Amino acid sequence: MPDPRPAERPQPAERTQRTERTQRTERTQPAERTRTNTGPGRLLIAVYLLFAIAATSRAGLQIVTRFEAAPMAYLLSAFAATVYIVAAVGLGRAGRTGRLIALACCTVELVGVLGVGAVSQARPEWFPDETVWSGFGSGYGYIPLVLPVLGLLWLWRTRHDLDRAAASRPRPSQFAPDQSFGPPAT
Amino acid sequence: MPVTEASATTSAAADLPVDGPLATIPIVLSLLVAGWALVATLRHRAPDRAQFAGLAVLEAALLVLTVVTLIALGDGQRPDEPGSFFGYLATLVCLPPLAWVLARMEPTRWGSAIVCTICLVTPVVLVRLQQTWTVLGA
Repeated sequence: MPDPRPAERPQPAERTQRTERTQRTERTQPAERTRTNTGPGRLLIAVYLLFAIAATSRAGLQIVTRFEAAPMAYLLSAFAATVYIVAAVGLGRAGRTGRLIALACCTVELVGVLGVGAVSQARPEWFPDETVWSGFGSGYGYIPLVLPVLGLLWLWRTRHDLDRAAASRPRPSQFAPDQSFGPPAT
Repeated sequence: MPVTEASATTSAAADLPVDGPLATIPIVLSLLVAGWALVATLRHRAPDRAQFAGLAVLEAALLVLTVVTLIALGDGQRPDEPGSFFGYLATLVCLPPLAWVLARMEPTRWGSAIVCTICLVTPVVLVRLQQTWTVLGA
């Protein structure tokens, strides 16, 4: 049987090549980069999700257990938590409405973190307990300050994507292959 | 698992179930996975098998920690801030699966960046968890 030998020899090399290829990320294609909710956008969504969880559970607990201690601070925490959730949803949906929602949320966050940060420095007695935004987000490694800036930058960078996607694609985008659960099994 | 038993006995002696190797192992693991994911991000690599395996081992370590904590609770030990403690514990256990799902959705370098980010957050949550068990100076 002449078949197995020649077939067997190139196999290891071929296999390593294939794993190399599957491991290597393709550089982001222009078409792929035109999505608000993929690539760096997905990382942004992940961080927003983390902050949504952190702020929601913290505010919920504070409101349930000791609301009277600092009602203003706790309501502000709850508001911030809501903004993070809505921003995550907006970035995740990434349509025209989603982007508008995300834009509004990032703006509110930036104004909020700057405003509350400034007020908490000037009038610490107004905030007897910490909120996500007090001290410009110092309790959370200043991420609350950086996050809306990154969000706005990302929305700005992807601002023409919807138009470009609509122009380049003859079909509506919902017929694009869904890769939400990983690459297509080949 | 000899590690679990050893840590369980030492932590029972220390009167703090979320301490010792039981907490140190997940923290070190998490930082290792974060480092590896960072390298993958910088090399433009999608999350590889090593990252997913690391996430799985990390989750296993966190589940061991959770079980030991629940056993300690059954023995009558109580955290100083029960509400925050269970909040942090629930969040902690959900972090590696969250990283897994998001990394699956994003088979690009940014998937590795997501794994890196979440694995950097995990030790922070774990340390906060320890702080809610014993309030310093209380």
